Amino acid sequence: MRRLLYLLPLLVFVSIAGYFLFSLRSGVNVHELPSAMIDKPTPDFDLAGLSGARKLDLDALKGHVFVVNFFASWCVPCRIEHPLLMRLAQQNHLPLYGIAYKDKPEDAQRLLSTYGDPCRLVGLDQSSDVGLNFGVYGVPETYVIDKAGRIRRRFVGPLTTETVNKDLLPLLKQLGEP
Amino acid sequence: MKSLLLMADLLLGIAAAGAVEPGERLADPALEALARAISSHLRCLVCQNESIDESGASLAYDIRVFVRQRLAIGESNEQVIQDVVSRYGTFVLLNPPVQPATYVLWYGPPVLLLVGLGDTLIWLRQRQSRPAAEPALSAEERQRLDGLLREADR
Repeated sequence: MRRLLYLLPLLVFVSIAGYFLFSLRSGVNVHELPSAMIDKPTPDFDLAGLSGARKLDLDALKGHVFVVNFFASWCVPCRIEHPLLMRLAQQNHLPLYGIAYKDKPEDAQRLLSTYGDPCRLVGLDQSSDVGLNFGVYGVPETYVIDKAGRIRRRFVGPLTTETVNKDLLPLLKQLGEP
Repeated sequence: MKSLLLMADLLLGIAAAGAVEPGERLADPALEALARAISSHLRCLVCQNESIDESGASLAYDIRVFVRQRLAIGESNEQVIQDVVSRYGTFVLLNPPVQPATYVLWYGPPVLLLVGLGDTLIWLRQRQSRPAAEPALSAEERQRLDGLLREADR
């Protein structure tokens, strides 16, 4: 019994070290913060559209499952996910609505004219008020909103084929987006 | 106590100018001071180890302005902080709140300290009581010891 007691520090060390090792290898990104907005109602927005296009109004989207993507022309990681978004848009997989975050209208317009526009509609959030209400802390961020108008999921950073196939598309299916 | 802390915050806030730009400041000095105090307890989520009061990140700027807007429409400290927490989560607070997820953080060290103190007490007790428990030498042992000592003296 006594001898087992002497092993206790070693056991404590091994369990802590094991936990750290597990956390390190689990691939969890510590910079990816959990959203406080999950399962909460989507913050209201009514944003001006790009160059004469219709405005992006939450009320018009109510009752539908949709995806909101915060992006900016100055955002490098957004360029990384852009081809993927274009591909999904062409396959008509994604009810995607873009919000240009802290971006000048002409810059956002130039980006979408040059590389293509994967969104059904784009709203301008130059003051980043809407971003703040969503709890955005960097672009790109992608939110999935259900029929009841609740935020169900947030993706931080550029979407990848893997996250789209493993998380995003199954979630949309589950929420009833055909 | 709370006002004392606030005072200390204010003095520190003035000593370190922070990242607040002139254009952001509120006209009312008392309200501006309050905004500075609140800001110094809110984490900049971009830099993660700086308060929004110190950070030059544009998100920190946004939240500083947001805090001031809320104060300007007459919200209390707690309401303003709650507004930020409801958007960004408790991680935005530089002082982690006491809640089930942080029990280990808050109560772990005192519990470990108590366990250590308890162990030390038990160990000290045992050490003190040990000499008394030692049995005295028997007559035979004493005779043998005397013999050995005499041999050594020679």
